Amino acid sequence: MIFSIILGFLLLIIGIYGMLTQKNLIKIVIGFSIVDTGTHIIIVSIGYLRNRTAPILDGAVDLANATKQVVDPIPSALVLTAIVIGLAVTALMLSFVIKLYQKNKSLSIDDYQELKW
Amino acid sequence: MIKRMFIWLALLGLILMFLPFLRDFDFHKELGDLSSQYIQGSIDDIKTQNVVTSVVVTYRGLDTLGEVTVLFLATAGVGFLLRKKNKILKSRVSSELLQTGSQFLFVLIILTGIYIFTHGHLTPGGGFQGGVLITTAFLLLILADVNLKFNHSILLVVESFSGAFYVLIGLLGILLIGINSFLDPTIMPLGSFGKLISAGAIPVIYSLVGLKVGSELTTILDKMGGE
Repeated sequence: MIFSIILGFLLLIIGIYGMLTQKNLIKIVIGFSIVDTGTHIIIVSIGYLRNRTAPILDGAVDLANATKQVVDPIPSALVLTAIVIGLAVTALMLSFVIKLYQKNKSLSIDDYQELKW
Repeated sequence: MIKRMFIWLALLGLILMFLPFLRDFDFHKELGDLSSQYIQGSIDDIKTQNVVTSVVVTYRGLDTLGEVTVLFLATAGVGFLLRKKNKILKSRVSSELLQTGSQFLFVLIILTGIYIFTHGHLTPGGGFQGGVLITTAFLLLILADVNLKFNHSILLVVESFSGAFYVLIGLLGILLIGINSFLDPTIMPLGSFGKLISAGAIPVIYSLVGLKVGSELTTILDKMGGE
């Protein structure tokens, strides 16, 4: 569906806008999560085929003619991988935020100027 | 002001980059050759009902091994950053309802998680989903009692053994079948299509992945719960 691809790109752009404009570290992490979700929606909708069912070959699918009845399984498998990696990276970023807050007692990115030039 | 302008310029450039993709995009009417081969192979060669599982565990098994490694690295990073200081957090005692309910639901959620990862080759679901579900059971326990201590050595043993056996099963493929057969599920009898004991080593591998993901995410929860 072209609608869900547009939705995915919209989420991607909203997430990048949030990451670029927000000052709060946690809001930046949330922006990253939104970008993540947008890419997942785009990848899943690329594998979509009209009038077909999920790639699980149970009673709903005729085994002799399976390739004509199911959607593409590869994008689903890729997104399964990407979701878990996104979760792990988000947890790592949040623990960086926790550590930074413990050190400087501030969540604003303007207070961290060590790498600024 | 000038910074804001650059942000809008960057977003505009991004939209311009995406537009040709949206304009020229047309949906496939048929599956590609690779997907058709995966589906046929999943029926004929490895007898797995859920094609997504056969792609994740067998055809792209090396990717999944890499993914489990990334998850392990992230857990190690969280553990390195948030070392426990063994302080007792002062908090309100949680309500009777939450305490009783969490103890009642804990076993049920763990059982559902185990069901999901042992049936990963038959129904939607699998190791990652089951592992995350097992973690939510532990999250419920932490919500009921913030100062709960988990047994770290058991978590460590489960995590290390499931990871090691995952690699060992992969290496068994090379030993028993041939040099190109890392993570080949046909080292075990395939059984009949659509039964619980089928698909060779896929249920074993996915159960190991489920245990590993569950124990790793529980470790992350445990570290973050102290902060």
